[in-house]
Amino acid sequence: MQDADVASGFFLPGQDFALLLAALTGQGYRCVGPTVRDGMLVYDTLEGVGNLPAGVHIQQSPGSYRVEFNQGRRLFDWANGPQALKPLLFAPREVLWQVRRGADGELLFSQQDPDPEPVAVIGVRACDLAALRLQDRHFIETDIPDAGYTARRRQLFLVAVNCTRPAATCFCASTGDGPAATRGYDLVLDELDDGFIVIAGSKHGDEVLALLPLQPVSPEQRRAAAEATAAAAAIQNRQLPGRDLRDLLFANLDHPRWEAVATRCLSCGNCTSVCPTCFCYRELDEPALDRESARHYREWDSCFTQGHSYIHGFIVRPDTRLRYRQWLTHKLGGWHDQYGRSGCVGCGRCIAWCPVGIDITEEAGAIADSPA
Amino acid sequence: MTIASHFPYEAEVIERCQESPTIFSLVVRLTDPVVASEYRFTPGQFNMLYLFGVGEIPISIVSDPARPGQLIHTIRDVGRVSHGFSQLEVGDRIGLRGPFGSGWPLVQLEGQDIMIVTGGLGCAPVVSVINYILRRRERYGRLVILQGVKHSSDLIWRERYAEWEKLDNTQVLLAADVGGKPWPGFVGPITVLFEHARFNPQQTVAMMCGPERMIHAAADLLIERGMQPWDIWISMERNMQCAVGQCGHCQFGSSFVCRNGPVYRYPDAGELLAKRGF
Repeated sequence: MQDADVASGFFLPGQDFALLLAALTGQGYRCVGPTVRDGMLVYDTLEGVGNLPAGVHIQQSPGSYRVEFNQGRRLFDWANGPQALKPLLFAPREVLWQVRRGADGELLFSQQDPDPEPVAVIGVRACDLAALRLQDRHFIETDIPDAGYTARRRQLFLVAVNCTRPAATCFCASTGDGPAATRGYDLVLDELDDGFIVIAGSKHGDEVLALLPLQPVSPEQRRAAAEATAAAAAIQNRQLPGRDLRDLLFANLDHPRWEAVATRCLSCGNCTSVCPTCFCYRELDEPALDRESARHYREWDSCFTQGHSYIHGFIVRPDTRLRYRQWLTHKLGGWHDQYGRSGCVGCGRCIAWCPVGIDITEEAGAIADSPA
Repeated sequence: MTIASHFPYEAEVIERCQESPTIFSLVVRLTDPVVASEYRFTPGQFNMLYLFGVGEIPISIVSDPARPGQLIHTIRDVGRVSHGFSQLEVGDRIGLRGPFGSGWPLVQLEGQDIMIVTGGLGCAPVVSVINYILRRRERYGRLVILQGVKHSSDLIWRERYAEWEKLDNTQVLLAADVGGKPWPGFVGPITVLFEHARFNPQQTVAMMCGPERMIHAAADLLIERGMQPWDIWISMERNMQCAVGQCGHCQFGSSFVCRNGPVYRYPDAGELLAKRGF
């Protein structure tokens, strides 16, 4: 490692990027990163740099997500896939505990201590780091932390890449969460045509940098990186009508817009599945066929389902109007009381993955434009 | 050691009582002696009860906190899990974790007059309060119990109400939307009872549970009579699965009912109370 101002980082030539993966692998991490599969960008195990989506662009618009290939060589020239960090930590389905019935009918409960493998995620976006911060607060920074989430989180190494190619659905600049990553990473990269500016954000990040053949950063490289992230902010067309919409939304619970959006919304729950901050899960019991043991699972749930608000024969939110209103008033309102900020990080996934293209910025904007 | 976490502990049914055609009580004890000796709760709190191979439900604890070795849960046979619980017999084993949530402020209310208002079948959380106060009658002032039910046959523990009525400085008023014979109470919504309740609104603290519309209407009447809004406490119900404020089902506005509730001061429940969809 060269002597240089740590805050300003180092230059890692493009042909040496494989050494970063090798260094992380050498430290015991399984490297996970973006790769193209089934016409989508998914986060999966990286066997090598060849798995990364070189020359891939993604066109996103309400209700649409298309992977396109060009002649470019950049690895991170796309906005995001439908999922990034959330499934790695808040598992879509996992066993919480199990129970076995003994010979005298006694119940023997047991749970396994989580022992997750170390995972390094390559190519984390600023929006997803902001979402991770919120999920950490929800699952870890509470009086009864979640054991599985906490254990996996402790084993996570995060390599962020500042975003230079937001999709048309992105609005992280409006929520203040991107396109540049400002905190919460071990390493952050700026991708240039011939390589990467790399900056450590943790002691662990410093240790990994020490293993790489780094060069000083030139003023031109630094300027190019700054201009690229500034342009990525400027190009975003969508925005929420404010950072804190709690009072606006709760003052408009009977606004006609809720009915209007309910006529389009299918109540399918795609938005909550792709949302990087949505945390709802249901618990369910699965008895073994011999009826002598059972596993108690949790799996992702959605406030768009009927069962979500069921209590003893009664459903609190029986129709789509009430469910969409619950989702939006919580996401953009209730979160401020619960976690001190909005639950939206501007990733735009709920817009692209909504089968009918409902746009959260448009719905919030409609209420802001004609409040009661 | 606390068992108010994600992980259940074994408990044994030591008594079962059919309270009405659809309501029954299970008395259970934690089987691990260390866990049992350290278990403490406050009336108003609830346990997550697990039925083997079926699932969990939140059930409020109606027994006395001075006897944590015998936990009484009164359950209505209404769903998949509660129906399974209704089939249990003495000696059967279940899972239990808890207690969760906020309880009634019974210690801080000593010396005060108390009014209990319950509607429908949601009386279990406040029955624990009535029992608690009656066992410590000298520590509290006047006690007024208002109970409303849909149909007169829905009233469980009728003989207990008759006994309570005979106590000094205690008033019991019953109302049924639909009266039957013989029905000792009034016919109509619970709010008709307030005209007959004898209490000093400045010295009385109200504790309520039941349908939210009823709570809302009753609280408005009490405030109209001069009771301070923060002297009204309510218990709420929502879908609860994790009971530790994580699974999201019980969210009520910005509140997690399992953690911030289920017992709230009336003003803390806020404007969303009885608002359809929250």
